[in-house]
Amino acid sequence: MKLRGKFTKWFVFLVLLHCVVAGAGFFAPYNPAEQDRQRPYLPPMRIHCMDAQGDLHLRPFFYPLRLREGSFEQFEEDTGTAVPLYFFTRGADYHLFGIVPSRLHLFGAAGARIYVLGSDAYGRDQLSRILFGGQVSLLAGLLGAGVTMLLGAVIGLAAGYYGGWRDDLLMRVAELFLALPWLYLLFALRAFLPLSVGPLEAFLLVVVAIGLVGWARPARLVRGVVLTVKERDFVRAARGFGASDIYLLRRHILPETASVLLTQAAILVPQFVLAEMTLSFLGLGVPEPMSSWGNLLATLQQYSVLVSYWWMYLPALAIVPFFLGYLGLASALQERFDTYKISEKSGWSRT
Amino acid sequence: MRYLLRRTRHAVFLLFGASLLTFLFSALTPGSYFDEMRLNPQIAPETIAALRAQYQLDRPLPVRYLHWLNAVAHGKLGFSFAYNSPVAPLLWVRAQNTLLLTVTATLLAWALALPLGVWSAARFGGPPDRVLSWTTAALLVVPDLVLALGLLILAVRTGWFPTGGMVSVGFEELSPLQKFRDLALHMALPVFALVLAALPMLVRHVRASVAEVLNAAFLRAARSHGIPHAKLIFGYALRAAANPLISLFGFSLGTLLSGSLLVEVVMSWPGLGPLLLEAILARDLYVVIGGVLLSMIFLVAGNLFADVLLYWADPRIRSTASTE
Repeated sequence: MKLRGKFTKWFVFLVLLHCVVAGAGFFAPYNPAEQDRQRPYLPPMRIHCMDAQGDLHLRPFFYPLRLREGSFEQFEEDTGTAVPLYFFTRGADYHLFGIVPSRLHLFGAAGARIYVLGSDAYGRDQLSRILFGGQVSLLAGLLGAGVTMLLGAVIGLAAGYYGGWRDDLLMRVAELFLALPWLYLLFALRAFLPLSVGPLEAFLLVVVAIGLVGWARPARLVRGVVLTVKERDFVRAARGFGASDIYLLRRHILPETASVLLTQAAILVPQFVLAEMTLSFLGLGVPEPMSSWGNLLATLQQYSVLVSYWWMYLPALAIVPFFLGYLGLASALQERFDTYKISEKSGWSRT
Repeated sequence: MRYLLRRTRHAVFLLFGASLLTFLFSALTPGSYFDEMRLNPQIAPETIAALRAQYQLDRPLPVRYLHWLNAVAHGKLGFSFAYNSPVAPLLWVRAQNTLLLTVTATLLAWALALPLGVWSAARFGGPPDRVLSWTTAALLVVPDLVLALGLLILAVRTGWFPTGGMVSVGFEELSPLQKFRDLALHMALPVFALVLAALPMLVRHVRASVAEVLNAAFLRAARSHGIPHAKLIFGYALRAAANPLISLFGFSLGTLLSGSLLVEVVMSWPGLGPLLLEAILARDLYVVIGGVLLSMIFLVAGNLFADVLLYWADPRIRSTASTE
């Protein structure tokens, strides 16, 4: 019961996180591509409930930023004009989950733009860009993991079920893929794929490159399961009744590998999101004007940005809760399926 | 001895496979690199013709592979278009810097992980163990890219460490001691990032395998014989737990090589990372192939070293290997 609770907890946590990113249009105050060239690199704004005179306001508000006297980069709050924040307000058009057209936003302001997490070089809202960038990064990670799991399952099933030289060959190749440092492998693969392509093609290329790199571990684990399952009585009985290979694999063997596949998926998805981030950060992934967590960080490669605009680092932190959630989910799954255990009792303490 | 022979065979197989893989990647590229080279006015048609002949582009695939292998075996990794020079020396200079970083980080990470993991296992479930578990869990959810960038920002804002490059301006005029200090200061940040990224995984594995051994009957027997605690742990338990840990060593090397690639780019350390990245962006493909092969050689060498270490540390391996 306890394990089930743990699993549910992490699962709900992850679903909520994904909903925030999937519903980026609602949670983000602005269109991520909307520029305001007058306001590059604004620092994050503070939301107040108490004004400069010390009076309490029920409706939260913020002060627009202006350049400090005689400075080119120091900003201060313009306490003369308080701009109130409105919740569930109308703003820029967007399509919720890519389908439902809507104008409703969680919050927004009239009169001045609010930059909760600051603005970038073109005055685009950093919060909106992080939320929308998350869609690209997470989708790349999920699709990449899907490709990998499919490859891993097919290869693992084939190797385990047919055995013999096919098994030897496939497992040798898997060993090779396991041994190679993954980033080098990704680099090599990316190097031979076309370089300058449109955003959508670039995204698909990234998914393919990531998906092709990680299949070895799931394939080996699936093979291990298949090796034991195919000698079980119910499989032998089914074969005795004349079931075909495909039927056996699909109906009797594949379901037995579900636990391994699920656990592996939970481990791989965050890794692949990180892989997308890494590729895009290095300029090999999703290009501007599309935003992803990786290419949002790419501006940090300029020294001036690094020194002066610390809030450009915030997109990096967006992945941390996802890592936490997926790691928690993976360990809950592992405990549940008993593939990995160090019980608390097995330790030895000095008496 | 037979064990070592088998491991060597395995290493050779890995290298062979990696070479085949990189060759296949390059053969799968749509079109030929030389098509793009023809558009470059800086490259003479004779160079292209010579390269085509060198790589036997008009021959069938297996023949080309053998020729390529032959060239690689002779240290001819190809020609860099962007640097207009042979690839091997180019890679070697950078590879030394990468090795400096990776080897230091590997040694440091293990030097920290072993005592921490053993300590944690010896107090399994106690407060220090729990604090350490929480710390490693926290580090585990911070990916290396996030960690490296965060450290870099910290360094830039505080000015505690020099950022970027490997040495300061005017390095040549410094005395040997100052040179060492300068290099160490420049290395501190990337090494720190690598160690922090590798540490949680290592500590957890050390803890798990030592905890498992500590529960074994032979250790309880040894303890009841009155053997001192420290000797019990470091003389007996650690040695018995060495097997999975030494296998982990090879794995950690691979992760560190990957991590180093990224950290080098982030902190502009003149290693293989920035070179490979430039090469990919400039479509300088022989540099990429060479870099991947070189990383594979490092990895295989590291794994072979781990195998020798295992042979030396674990008498069980020697006995099973000789009865085989």
